Amino acid sequence: MDELNLVQAVNRALARAMADDPRVVVLGEDVGRDGGVFRATDGLFARFGEDRVIDTPLAELAIAGVAVGMAAQGLRPVAEIQFTGFIYPTIDQLVNHASRLRTRTRGRLACPMVLRSPSGGGIHAPEHHSESPEAMLAHIPGLRVVIPSSPRRAYGLLLAAISDPDPVVFLEPTRLYRAVREPVADDGEALPLDRCFVLREGRDLTFVTWGAMVLETMAAAERLAGRGVEATVIDLATLHPLDHETIVESVRGTGRCVIVHEAPLSGGWGAEVAARLAEHALTALLAPVVRVAGYDTVMPLPRLEAHYMPGVERVLAAAERVLEFA
Amino acid sequence: MTGTGSPSIPFTRCIGPDGAAVGDLPDFARNPAELVRLYRALVLTRSFDAKAVALQRTGRLGTFASSLGQEAVSVGAAAAMRPEDVFLPSFREQGGQLWRGVTPLELLLYWGGDERGSDFKAAREDFPVCVPVGSHAPHAVGVAMAFKLRREKRVAVCVLGDGATSKGDVAEALNMAGVWKAPSVFVINNNRWAISVPVARQTAAATLAQKAVAAGIPGEQVDGNDVVAVRAVVERALARARAGDGPSLIEALTYRLGDHTTADDASRYRDDAEVSAHWPEEPIARLRHHLATVAGWDKAQEERVLEETAALLERAAEAYLATAPQPAATVFDFTYAALPAELAAQRRQALEGS
Repeated sequence: MDELNLVQAVNRALARAMADDPRVVVLGEDVGRDGGVFRATDGLFARFGEDRVIDTPLAELAIAGVAVGMAAQGLRPVAEIQFTGFIYPTIDQLVNHASRLRTRTRGRLACPMVLRSPSGGGIHAPEHHSESPEAMLAHIPGLRVVIPSSPRRAYGLLLAAISDPDPVVFLEPTRLYRAVREPVADDGEALPLDRCFVLREGRDLTFVTWGAMVLETMAAAERLAGRGVEATVIDLATLHPLDHETIVESVRGTGRCVIVHEAPLSGGWGAEVAARLAEHALTALLAPVVRVAGYDTVMPLPRLEAHYMPGVERVLAAAERVLEFA
Repeated sequence: MTGTGSPSIPFTRCIGPDGAAVGDLPDFARNPAELVRLYRALVLTRSFDAKAVALQRTGRLGTFASSLGQEAVSVGAAAAMRPEDVFLPSFREQGGQLWRGVTPLELLLYWGGDERGSDFKAAREDFPVCVPVGSHAPHAVGVAMAFKLRREKRVAVCVLGDGATSKGDVAEALNMAGVWKAPSVFVINNNRWAISVPVARQTAAATLAQKAVAAGIPGEQVDGNDVVAVRAVVERALARARAGDGPSLIEALTYRLGDHTTADDASRYRDDAEVSAHWPEEPIARLRHHLATVAGWDKAQEERVLEETAALLERAAEAYLATAPQPAATVFDFTYAALPAELAAQRRQALEGS
């Protein structure tokens, strides 16, 4: 079993899916000979050829639109948008077509496509390369929004996304691409969509997080454990549709919840999680639900991005706040 | 912009407004039975539009986009296609949809606000109408690339309006189709008006067809009121696509004789005199005149077609009006292939509440 980082795991999953299913095609900017700007598609062009690993002209809207057409014809397109800063022209295609083709044709046509994109900050990238737009996408009915937080989950969830009969936006935390390695079995086994992953269990506090913030949250949980506070950490993984049962059940047990995400606070997906808790776990709550998030500001350029992104200290401070309530 | 004067863009017309043939007709047009088939399709389209508008005006149909005067564009394009090709229409191409086997009942259901109207029993791979203007052009490229990848001799045919050519979606699609030689044909229904904006306010280009030049693909104009010419030009484009020679852009010059939709009042921005001036060019009378000359089409035959069409549409309208709404739960049932737990809970709640 190879030790892989997250981008290598994405690459293995793509290769596995393409080898197992001739309907799978990869398209996007620089995904061919170059192997993608992060090397997510490295080697696929040589192995599967230009018919199935398609370098597109520089046109994000059409990348998504072409994927819709391919998917309606029964292919399994996996389109790459180079950074989420450039994903916005695709939203028309996602909202008006990909996510509703099944509904509007009563199942006659469907859209089994995946739109992959590196997401989030923390790699000192240029302007427009560090945003976290997941809440905008998670608001779209008919779409799945999936964010892996480890190489193993990237591998298994991407396989699941590719074989899913409906459209999936798969946001890969750029900061995790090369941050962690772990053994990943290239066994073609998918992980379940629409399910949270409980990364650690503790009785005192529930952290809900996703993407790169899983690192800070796990670190905060370790620090709390050092002083005898046991925290549960839940990785949402699939933001939409939301597995709120797992979250509600955990918070009913702990009575305290801190939600951690990198995207701006207001209208972020943490607000959705908090609303579910208010509706379904109110009587179990011992403290207010607290969100730790990016600020409602423009994502700063690299010299200030560390001030924007929630760090372990902010996560711990939030935990202190909810633990103070008797 | 009349568009017929650009030296680098070919223009095709087979039958003039007076019904007289212009030069040699294509083979199919020398067969009177085939001309009658096209004629019936044009009449069906116009009659369908009239029926739909009447239903809307009496509160029994939603907002509807008539294709009055433009019937030859999508009928001609669809008539050129093979059944296994895929049609990607805008929201004004019911003529082509009917030719492809979509039923008047399905069209009425769609425009009457029922999703089942897009669950075509025939033409199963055709796209439903596209309302966000021009956003279906990239779909045609994707469909075409699926054909190409599977080595199928099929073609994607996309019909869009003149307004759509101002959108980046269309520019991106034409460009990609050109790069990849995607087996596709893009037909512009240039009816000269995008709601209230005339085509001269849409672009400074002398023709819309010349947008093909920038994409590196063939572009040409056709008399969009001449169903024979539209079919002939689209047939040639389809043959090129099937032979592996890539996409084409065809600008069909026609005129929107009616309002944009039933929610529009074109008298607010367009002179009646302009509309009247275009009536002599409309597609049905010209083919009728032509049929009278070459096939002795007479009043009795004409009346029979009108009666048969009216009866067919009357049955469709009755069936539409008798169709019960879908059960409320179907709001949920097609959002995903399988209902996620989250949505299953909302579905239960909705059903208990009602």
